Amino acid sequence: MSLQATTWQTVGPYFRIGLEYLNTTDLAPAGTPGEPVTVEGQILDGNGKPISDALIEIWQANASGEYGGTVDNPVDGAATVFSGFGRVPTDDEGRFSFSTIQPGPVAGPSGAMQSPHLAIRLTMRGLLRGLSTRMYFPAETLNSDPILQLVPEQRRATLIATQKPGTPATLQWNIEMQGERETVFFDC
Amino acid sequence: MNQNPDHDELSIGIAAPVVPNSRPSQVTSYRRPYPGTQPEYLHSPYVSSIERAPKQPLIKLPHTLTEVTGPAFAPALVSPKTADLTRQNGREAIGERITVSGRVLDENGKPVRNTLVEVWQANACGRYLHKRDQHDAPLDPNFTGQGRVMTDDYGAYKFLTIKPGSYPWRNHYNAWRPAHIHFSLLGPAFATRLVTQMYFPGDPLLPFDPIFNCTADDKARNRLISQFDWETVLPEYALAYKFDIILRGSDETPFEVQR
Ligand SMILES: [Fe+2]
Repeated sequence: MSLQATTWQTVGPYFRIGLEYLNTTDLAPAGTPGEPVTVEGQILDGNGKPISDALIEIWQANASGEYGGTVDNPVDGAATVFSGFGRVPTDDEGRFSFSTIQPGPVAGPSGAMQSPHLAIRLTMRGLLRGLSTRMYFPAETLNSDPILQLVPEQRRATLIATQKPGTPATLQWNIEMQGERETVFFDC
Repeated sequence: MNQNPDHDELSIGIAAPVVPNSRPSQVTSYRRPYPGTQPEYLHSPYVSSIERAPKQPLIKLPHTLTEVTGPAFAPALVSPKTADLTRQNGREAIGERITVSGRVLDENGKPVRNTLVEVWQANACGRYLHKRDQHDAPLDPNFTGQGRVMTDDYGAYKFLTIKPGSYPWRNHYNAWRPAHIHFSLLGPAFATRLVTQMYFPGDPLLPFDPIFNCTADDKARNRLISQFDWETVLPEYALAYKFDIILRGSDETPFEVQR
């Protein structure tokens, strides 16, 4: 049988009412093995204006580079079990923030290992179809990552978070929809 | 023969297994969209896409373990209450009661089991319970417009709700959205994520809506229109609409000849 996947439609401006029960600002409950990290950022449109009605979803491996887990109801935005999944909306200034643990390296194509990364799916009013991107960690070896190799060198930096000055466990990573620093998006 | 025993589990949507990183990294990719069946990011009749659609070409990502895995969902995320949008604290919402049901299948026709289906919608008057919705139409204290269910072993799901109203928006002069229900599904993998909208048959606003009309392929677009379903009408209680959802399927060719 060969069916065709249902057409995407925009999440619209009012997604919060149906999706926000799973909003997760802390993906890793206390005791989750791995290095804790907080990621902060802002999402900007083609005019450099903050996008206040965006939603990012995160999918990541655990500290051993393994995927899998069960999403359960978060309590006050904190996951009660580590599933590797998180859902984070932007605020009125287009900002988002979440805490998690740094994933381990995971298996990649043809035996190569992928550097630790977060898979990110972005939806918002104005996007008829979700966009996929990735966030990489600045302190890791990145030049052997098989996916980053597919990205033109001058655009790779858009996928790599930067250390927040003075706060070692906090990373900054903005998403720009257009312009000189347009984030790399993947045809996933 | 399917060479990847993990893959069957993933594609039918049961709990994704923990996949150790020492395993071989061969994964079965998900299919790419059939041409014209998915929207382009820039669709200028939908004005918000102009400042938000990426301008650089997307980079084709080969599917890795990251894209072919996804979380499972705890049964506690849903309850009979989350499948019934027609009442709050025992009081009934105003409007025409309807059931919305269907099956979630993948492109290979396999049911997607135990997958979360999330919905949200305007009330019968076309108003969302959201601080930014300024449409001059009444809110209904007994209607929040949000629900969720899990598919069963056949990939089937069912909601009881109120038929949503149309609402004006500012995309262009005298723009009104056709009545719709928003659907969100994660499916078994990162790559199977789907957010869509379900419409109603015969809605006179459909030809004017830039969101509904975003795909080149009119058959794909028309599949977003639910069907009135006489057989599942609840006598003297609720009309019924059917809406099947297809998630991406794996690129496997199970009956490929052996070489
Ligand atoms: Fe809507």
